[in-house]
Formats: sequence, C-alpha cells, structure tokens
Amino acid sequence: MSSDLQDQDFTDEVEHDEELWNPGHRACAGCGPALAMKYITEAAGENTIISQPTGCMEVVSTPYPESSWGTSYIHNIFENGASVASGIEAAYKSFDRRDPDHLDVEDSEDLNIIAVGGDGATADIGIRALSGMMERGHDVLYIMYDNEAYMNTGVQRSSQTPFGASTTTSPAGQESIGNDTNKKDMTSIAADHGVEYVATASISNPHDFKQKVEKALEIDGPKFLHVYSPCPVGWSYESSKTVELAELAVETGLFPVFEMEDGEITSVNQIRDRKPVREWLELQGRFKHLFDGEEPSEEAIEELQAWIDERAEDLGLDA
Amino acid sequence: MAKAEQNPSDDQEVMKGTSAVAKGVMAANPDVVSAYPITPQTGVVEKLSELVADGQLDSEFIKVDSEFNAASTCIGASAAGARAFSATSSQGLKLMSEPLFTAAGMRLPIVMAVANRSLSAPLSIWADHTDAFAERDGGMMQFHAEDVQEAIDHVLMGFRVAEQVNLPVLSNFDGFILTHVQEPADIPTEEEVNEFLPPRDPEYTLDPSDPKTMGAFARPEHWTEARYEIQRAMEDSKDVWAKTTEEFKEVFGRDYTEYNGMLETYHGDADYRLVALGSMCGTIRKVIDEYRAEGVDVGLVRPRVHRPFPTEELREALGDAEAVGVLTKEMSPGYESALAGEIKGTLYHAENQPPIKSFVVGMAGRDVTASDIGAMIEETMEASHPMAFDEQESWPQLREELLADGGD
Repeated sequence: MSSDLQDQDFTDEVEHDEELWNPGHRACAGCGPALAMKYITEAAGENTIISQPTGCMEVVSTPYPESSWGTSYIHNIFENGASVASGIEAAYKSFDRRDPDHLDVEDSEDLNIIAVGGDGATADIGIRALSGMMERGHDVLYIMYDNEAYMNTGVQRSSQTPFGASTTTSPAGQESIGNDTNKKDMTSIAADHGVEYVATASISNPHDFKQKVEKALEIDGPKFLHVYSPCPVGWSYESSKTVELAELAVETGLFPVFEMEDGEITSVNQIRDRKPVREWLELQGRFKHLFDGEEPSEEAIEELQAWIDERAEDLGLDA
Repeated sequence: MAKAEQNPSDDQEVMKGTSAVAKGVMAANPDVVSAYPITPQTGVVEKLSELVADGQLDSEFIKVDSEFNAASTCIGASAAGARAFSATSSQGLKLMSEPLFTAAGMRLPIVMAVANRSLSAPLSIWADHTDAFAERDGGMMQFHAEDVQEAIDHVLMGFRVAEQVNLPVLSNFDGFILTHVQEPADIPTEEEVNEFLPPRDPEYTLDPSDPKTMGAFARPEHWTEARYEIQRAMEDSKDVWAKTTEEFKEVFGRDYTEYNGMLETYHGDADYRLVALGSMCGTIRKVIDEYRAEGVDVGLVRPRVHRPFPTEELREALGDAEAVGVLTKEMSPGYESALAGEIKGTLYHAENQPPIKSFVVGMAGRDVTASDIGAMIEETMEASHPMAFDEQESWPQLREELLADGGD
C-alpha cells in the first residue's frame, strides 16, 4: 500500500528558493547533524557537489523520490564517501584540462567538492577511503559530523564514542562502565597525512563553523573538518538541549575547538574556567550509570577527566 | 577460423596481453583511470601508467589505495559524467563487489578489464572463472575473450554498449593465459576508435548548475522497479550489443556478429557440441579438428557474452544437438557449475532438451590438455537421459590421491 505522498510525481523541477538544505527531511527533533548540513550548505553555496556515505543524514535527506538537497548530491555506500568524492574531483580535472566544452559544467576552479560523513562512516569503516583521498591530495573538503555512535542503526559504539558512554554495543552493566576507549584523534590522523587545513568546530558556534568551511574551501587539496553534532536520541537528552550540550562539550574541553595548518596548531578557542566534564555527563542518559555513587563509576569519570586534562594541556586549551 | 595460425600482418603488433589491452583502453581515451595492482591484471595498469608518464595518454590516473576504492572512484567519476576505466582480478574483484553492485543500481557505465583468476582459499594466482561468476548477479554485463585481440576489442565494445545502456561492464580475459601471452594483435588507433566510439554523452550528471540527487534510498514501494530497470536494461543491451558488433565490424573489419554477437561457433551444427568460455577454446578447436578427421561430428559453441545471458541464441545453437558437454572453469559448491545449470535452465522450455554433461576443469590454472578434451568429448558422446545428479557433473582432472581420504 502506498500513501498519496508516494504516488505524487516529484520528478518535475523542484524550486529550491535559496535553501540548499531544505525542510521536510526526516531528521529527529533536535538533530545536531541536521544543523551541520544547514551550515555546510550555507557556507558552501550553490556551486557544490556533496558526496555522502550511508548514515543518518543520507537516510533522512533522500528518501526516493524526495531530496532535501539543493546542491548536487551523491550517496553510494557506507565506506566510500571520500573515494566517490575523489573520483568526482578527478573527473572535473579531466574535463577542465581535456574537454571543457564537452559537458556543460561550471569551471572547476570555483567548484566545491565536499564529502560529509558521520563518525562511523569516516573514522571507522570509511577510513581507508579517507586516508587515500588525503594522501593522494584530492581537492576535496571532508567533513566528519560526529554524533559519537552509529545512530542510524540504533546507537552502537564507534571509535568516536567517549569513554564511559553506554551504547547498545558497549552497554553499562555489572562488569562494564560502558565504552572503554577514548575518542580516536581524527585531526592528528588528517594532519599526519599532510593535509594543509584541519579544524574542529561545534554546531553550537555556527559562525565559527561556517567560517572554517569557507576557509577550507579556499584551499586547493584535501581539507578535513571535524564538527561536533549531538544526537538527542543516542545520547538520551531532551531535544531542546542540543546546542547547549554541544557548547558544554566545548566548555568542558571534551571537544576542543582548534585549527591546524600544515600540521601545526595555529589557533585554539581557549576556555576560561574550564568546567568539569561531570557537568556535561550528568545531562545525558548514556552516562546515567556513572552517577550511581559506586567506586568504578567514580573512577571512570576521573579517567575521562584525566584524558580531557591531558589533551587540554597539549593544546593549551585553558586561558 | 584457426586463430592460432595467423601470422602477424603489417598492421599487427606482438605484445603482452596486458599491454595490448592497455593500448586499447588508451584509444578509448578515458577521462579517469583508477589503478591498483593485483596479479595477473597488474600489467594493464602498469602499461597505462607508463602511457600517462610518456604523455601518450592524458587521463586522470588515480593511484588508489585498494580495488575497493578503484571501483568507488570510478563510480564518482562516472556519476560526474566521465568515461572511467579500471582493471582487476580475483580478490580485487571481490573487494570491488559491493560498489560494483551499486554502479549497476545507479546505472553508471564503467568498464573493468578482469584478468580472471581463482578465488582464495587456497591462495592461487592462476586462471579460472570463479571470480567472474561470483559477480554474476550484480547487474554488470560480462564478456569473455578467447584471445588477446578479443580482450582489446571487448573493452572497446564494452564502452560503446555500457554508455548506451548505462550499466557497468566486466570484460573478462583469462589470467596468464591471455595476460602474459605475446600474441599478434591489431591495436586500434585513436582515429578508428573515434569513428566507433563517440564521447560519452550522459543524460544525468552531478553538474551543480543543474543539481541532481543520485543514490537516494528506496522503500519497498520503489526498490523493485529500480532493480527491474537493470533487468530491462540487460534485455535492451542484447540489441545494443548486436548493433555494436555490426558497427565494430564496419570500422575495424573484425567480425563478432555471429548469433547477435553473443556466441561464436565452430562446426556449430555438429551432433555433439561442447560449450566453453574463454581461452581454452583454442585448444578445443584443435581437438575438434582431430576428432572430426576421425569421423566424429563434434563442434563448439562459445558464449562471448555471459551477462546478458544468450538465452535465445543458446536454444538455437544447442537445441538440436545429440548431446552437449559443458567445460567450465568455475563451480558452485553444493550444486553444479553455474554455467551448466544456466544452460540447462535455458533449454528447459526449448523444444528439445539434449542430455548435458558438465566438466569442472582448468581450475586455478591447471592445464586443460588435448587428451583431457578428447576424454570429455567421448564422455559427452555417451551422455543420455535420465541422469542421476552425481552423473551430471564430473571433475575429470581431480587427483584423488591428494584428497583428505586418499580418494577412498
């Protein structure tokens, strides 16, 4: 049985107005990554091709025959967002050099090719594609939207899940304090590939994030951005608090905001009176078990705090 | 046509199979070539990289990190509107499998030369068709070349048909037997190829001035139709392929038009008919000559195209045989070889059903000798209905003393 909506013919030209990330997508209330998509398209503008691996943002934005994207957009599979983007970039280089009139395409000088994937699609299953894209030097901006687990499949642990978080594959229990690893450092991995511009940003500071997208797109070659994007469903908090939690992650130093150029840290958003991570943890259901007053839970919070403190010192995060 | 006895003419060059295929690819002038090494394919991408380095080919040449991303970069390039090529073998084709299935679903023409090699385990670098058959149901067109000339020509015809029906192509040629052989072949010039193969003119691309969403997900209301479109495109591709072989003949003079370009026969009306793919058909022809000289009426039917499957053509070519022997370099554990099973299925609703024996031979590079072929001809001649399942297929080259139970 199909609904009226599904029987409608959407194949005619759709007016996008000025929006490039259009309403009507299926993202949950309070979705952090959906805000990231809005900011990315606002910063990049029309002359953009998005390559997106499988994940929440792909699924919510492109249920056939609808699409939220006002830019050109391609989804292929889970682990190849970066290499599909690499192929697009190579195609445009070829068109420009060999046969600029063959296809009626924009000059690739102004063309933005952006791959946007979630943390699982980027840091885990797609890291081979990403590594290849960065190492070969494709003129592609890769943006990892980080909601700290595999949310599309029901909140499974990824290499970006923070220490102590209970997920469906790292559940808290009698013998478990939840996830037992800290977040994999994707910025260092990108920088060590020789990527000229690497930065982190949070959806709680759209201006900063959009500036970084714009700055990245000015640079030839590979660029990597890590954008922090909370998920009310996976983290178990009230959907009105997405921006607040993103900001608190920055203020506690759990998610430091900084830029790296040519492998060196060139700017850090310093924090005055960095808050204890406990303040961020206690707002989320995924850390609820850490507040049972038991010894292992206290130790877990201390361990996470120690990891944050160490990174803060390395980065010079404290003002 | 006794191919092996041809002498190189003035227009022909003698070079390694992989180099010859690479030169053919060069003449097709792809926008993007993605390259990753694997034996026995490596020579193709090595030669292409050499042609790029020497300025003879100005494709974008992506030195990828894996076959997985060779396929994935070709998908991105093809979606952008480019002509894209890659080459692989065996494990590499397996690693491409996931993206290749989506290339078919997203209707992206990409041509891959596949230097056929067995699949692990045990590890082996030598030729058989288990790699190609493992990708059978992905929606890629598949051709099998008998010699180096066909390996070149199938790639060129592959681009022509792929870009009309919007499906990816696997152009198979046997590892080592064809990749590493030095054979005389006509290397098409760019002028000839330009006459045969126009620049790609895709209906949809990722051109941002006319934004498109590609690769949307489909719910149960739409998925069936999207996959059915592949089935229809495969059906349509039969006519396109037939026309392509006609056009090819006009430009290059080489005639692949028999049975709509789907089959090639050698004494195709003989009482007893062998069916085989690829390079072993050269030896089979020689043995057929010997048996015919002794008065045995035996011939060969060689499918050039495996997907789309040459159903009507095989019914015509095999339906009136006394018996058929399928010699195949693949297996389907738990059933019988896929090729034999497909041929039987094809003949099920035909007017006649000749008895069919299948023979799993030449696995992982084991030589298929003239005496092996002779024995299979003789066994085919004895085939009759009905057959028990364990009589349908045999493994005539099996060395029983190596089996775990010593063959007991």
